[in-house]
Amino acid sequence: MANTYTLISSNTLTTTTSSVTFSSIPATYTDLKVVGSTRSSTSDQTLLYRFNASTSNYTSKYLGGTGTAAESASFTTLTAGAGGTWGRIGNAGVNASTTTATTFSNWELYIQNYASANNKSSSFNSVTENNTTAAFAELDAPLWSDTTAITSVGFAVYNTGSFVQYSTFYLYGIKNS
Amino acid sequence: MAAGSTYTPLATNTLGSAAASLTFSSIAGTYTDLVLVMSARTDNTGAAATYCIRYNSDSSAIYSLTALEGNGTAATSERYTAVSYAESGRLNTSSSSNTTPNLSIVNIMNYANTTTYKTALTRSSASNETYAVYAEVTLWRSTAAISSLLIYPTSGNFVAGSIFTLYGIAAA
Repeated sequence: MANTYTLISSNTLTTTTSSVTFSSIPATYTDLKVVGSTRSSTSDQTLLYRFNASTSNYTSKYLGGTGTAAESASFTTLTAGAGGTWGRIGNAGVNASTTTATTFSNWELYIQNYASANNKSSSFNSVTENNTTAAFAELDAPLWSDTTAITSVGFAVYNTGSFVQYSTFYLYGIKNS
Repeated sequence: MAAGSTYTPLATNTLGSAAASLTFSSIAGTYTDLVLVMSARTDNTGAAATYCIRYNSDSSAIYSLTALEGNGTAATSERYTAVSYAESGRLNTSSSSNTTPNLSIVNIMNYANTTTYKTALTRSSASNETYAVYAEVTLWRSTAAISSLLIYPTSGNFVAGSIFTLYGIAAA
C-alpha cells in the first residue's frame, strides 16, 4: 500500500524553548501537516509561525469560541520572545501558564501544496481548554502571500512566552499519489 | 500504525482547463472514511463564492447543513434543511490574487455503510474572501453507500490548476 502519510520529524521539548523549527523539509510531498501540543511559560497564549524564516506577508482570519461568545477577527504579524516578527496564526493556540496546570493545547496546521509556486493557504484549528471560565476553540485561515516553496516551518509564542517542557510537535508529509 | 498504511490517495485531479464540475466516481467501499482535500478557485467575479457536493449525484432535497463562519470581523451561523446539495465551503474567486487558492478539507464518515445516514465535516479557508473561515456539518439522509462525489461551484467554473484529491482512511 502506498506510503502517503509519513512522519517527517518530531520534537518533544525537554526544556523550555523559545522557538521550534522544522528545516530542510523535502519537496517530495503534496501537503504538510503539523500537529502540536503546547503550553506557554508566561500568560502569553498566541501561537506564531514562520515559513522559510520569512518575517512578512502573513495574514489570517480567525473564527473562534470563548465559552461565552463566537467571534471573528483578522490578524497580521506579532513579535515573539524568540526575536523578530512572526506571522500570527490565530487568537490563541497555546495554553497560557495561568491556565489549569499540566494542561496543554492541541492544534493542527494543514499546509496545502507547500512546494507550489502559489501563495500558501493553510488551515489551522486548536483548542486551549482549561478548568476555568475562559477557554478557546478556534478555526483559522492563515495565508502566506509568497510563492516560494516552503522548506522550513517555525513556531514561537507571542511576546515573552516560550514553549515549556513536554510540548510536542509532529511534522507529517502527505502525498496525493 | 504502519506509516501510510491507512491513509491512501484514491484519486487526484488537477484541472487542465476551467470546469463546471468534477466527479470522483467508482469509489470503492473498502475504506472507513473519506477525506477530500481541495485547492481551488472559481472564475466567479463575486465577493463570496461557495461550492457544493452531491453524493451519488443525488439531487433530491434530503441534505441539511449547519455552518459557522467568520469574515474577520464577526462570527455568524446559518442553517439549511431539505436542500438538494451539501453546500460545503467557500472558494476564493477571480477577485482574489490569481495565485491564492482556497483550502478545503472534507471528512466523510462511514461513507460505505448501508444502515445509517451520512455525515460530513468541512473546514474551509478562503483567506482572501468575505467569508474567510468556514466550518460545517452536513447530513445526507440516505442509507446508500457513497460511491461518487460530484463537486461544483454555485456559480462560474473551477479555474484551471484547481486540485482535488480524495483519500481513503481504513480503520484497520
